[in-house]
Amino acid sequence: MVELSTPVRWGLRLLAIGYVFFLIAWPVGLVVKHTFTGGLGVLADTLTDESVAGALRLTAMVATWAVLINLVFGVTISVLLVRYEFPGKRVLSALIDLPLSVSPVVVGLALLLVYNGRTGWFGPTAEGAGLTVIFDSPGMVMATCFVALPLVIREVVPVLVEIGDDQEQAARSLGAGAVQTFRRITLPSIKWAVVYGVVLSLARSLGEFGAVKIVSGNITGRTQTATLLVEAKYQNFQQETAYATSFLLILVSIACLVVVAFLRPRAAR
Amino acid sequence: MSIEVRGITKRFGDFVALDDFNVLLPSGQLTALLGPSGGGKSTLLRIIAGLDRADAGSVSIEGVDATGLPAQKRDVGFVFQHYAVFKHLTVAKNVAFGLEIRAHGGLRPPWAAQRRADRARIDRRVAELLELVHLSQFADRLPSQLSGGQRQRMALARALAVEPKVLLLDEPFGALDAKVRKELREWLRRLHDEVHVTTVFVTHDQEEALEVADEIVVINDGRVEQIGTPDRLYDEPANDFVMGFLGDVTRVNGQLVRPHDIDISRVPLLAGAVEGTVARLLRVGFEVRATVLTDDGEEVLVQLTRTHARAVGLEEGVTVWLTPVTGAATVPALPSMRSAG
Repeated sequence: MVELSTPVRWGLRLLAIGYVFFLIAWPVGLVVKHTFTGGLGVLADTLTDESVAGALRLTAMVATWAVLINLVFGVTISVLLVRYEFPGKRVLSALIDLPLSVSPVVVGLALLLVYNGRTGWFGPTAEGAGLTVIFDSPGMVMATCFVALPLVIREVVPVLVEIGDDQEQAARSLGAGAVQTFRRITLPSIKWAVVYGVVLSLARSLGEFGAVKIVSGNITGRTQTATLLVEAKYQNFQQETAYATSFLLILVSIACLVVVAFLRPRAAR
Repeated sequence: MSIEVRGITKRFGDFVALDDFNVLLPSGQLTALLGPSGGGKSTLLRIIAGLDRADAGSVSIEGVDATGLPAQKRDVGFVFQHYAVFKHLTVAKNVAFGLEIRAHGGLRPPWAAQRRADRARIDRRVAELLELVHLSQFADRLPSQLSGGQRQRMALARALAVEPKVLLLDEPFGALDAKVRKELREWLRRLHDEVHVTTVFVTHDQEEALEVADEIVVINDGRVEQIGTPDRLYDEPANDFVMGFLGDVTRVNGQLVRPHDIDISRVPLLAGAVEGTVARLLRVGFEVRATVLTDDGEEVLVQLTRTHARAVGLEEGVTVWLTPVTGAATVPALPSMRSAG
């Protein structure tokens, strides 16, 4: 390591701490402070508020579905990308990164174009079959899936590459079929990467705002998720409720981070 | 009953790894596939195991056509150069893997009689195998707690557990250090004498092949150069490649001959002896290596024991006469000798 002189070292530390403090710690701290300015009562009132409870339930439901779907497809696509050669593999790999670079609002609009019930490319057909996508939960789950898609894959792919296919080949030569090999050999080897990916996806899914706002229609009590509710309450001069709901979202994120922090050393082993 | 490989061709892009390859590997023997890296021997082994697919040709194992069979149905044990241990399973569980896959009670609840019977049978078999590979006291360890040699012995026990028709080893000792490698190959030879399963192993180390194998198949550039017992290959090499790959060679009088098969004397004893001067003497342990410059301009390497060199009175600068000893393996040197690397 390069030796730095004492003033430079302190200067760098101050810069890093100052940056994180003014950008993250202070604003988040203020949200927490505002939540508790009126004592624990505001938090209790918020939790008993039917619209808030409904929004939290909806968020949990949408996030759970999105994470489950991304888990199944994410692991499948990862195995496909690492273990098999097929035409269009590089295009697929590039497309998977797209949600990271495209604004969620654009994602929402794109889904709207395809699935809306009146003029969408596929929407009228789906509605004819009794499935409302836009302004309903399927659309919100889809939007959330889209934005959180790369997280599981980007965790699992490097681990799959690193472990190689030696163990899988050995399992095959010992008589295991594809499913047995995956369940007994591949899955245990990638399980921490999968858990890590799931936690990240969950955090991302709970916090999704832009894409969900467009496809949900933001109907209070029906398609309003927690993040949408925070915005609505804030604009309705119900700041206390907005702060309290934000505090709950922060709490879940911190829980996710704690889980990740506990998992990371195990995954490294 | 044997492994029969007929007309196997395998290409990787433009590179031809195996070209219309034919070989018959007899049952119950320990056969070495010997050749330089990139010569196609590992590819052949993987095709026999079903881990790679040939572009053309067929493979039959113990009389059963295996060409279209996936690896898990071929009944072969495979041992990888880098062990391919199941990292998350204990040594005993690694060895039990194949048996558990095959157990009939696998899908039944733990209290089912069939499943308990299977469990007991598997435990017994695993204990036997760990005994065989001298790893009994490590049964509950994870592979990461074993040395390289121990891991490879575990991998061997794992492959033997399912009682395969053939055992295939891909450079099994290649990743181990020299001392362990030597121990393990002696151990493999003894093990084969005990279990008698048809065994094929790939190696690029001629000493390993000569020491361990009943029969050696020399493979180069995707083709068979020669098949035979170690003695036959060493004493009667079919061509300059086999001769060069199995040991040191030098050139006397237009003939390739092994450096220890040259008679050296300070007086012309035999007709046809080549006259030369000792240019360099190098002593390595018990052995003396003399470089002789002949009057024809050849540079001949002669190996002899220290005692012999002293008896002859070899010194740098003296004139000597060289003749290949009677019965020595010789091969006519071609104008452009192929690389023996």
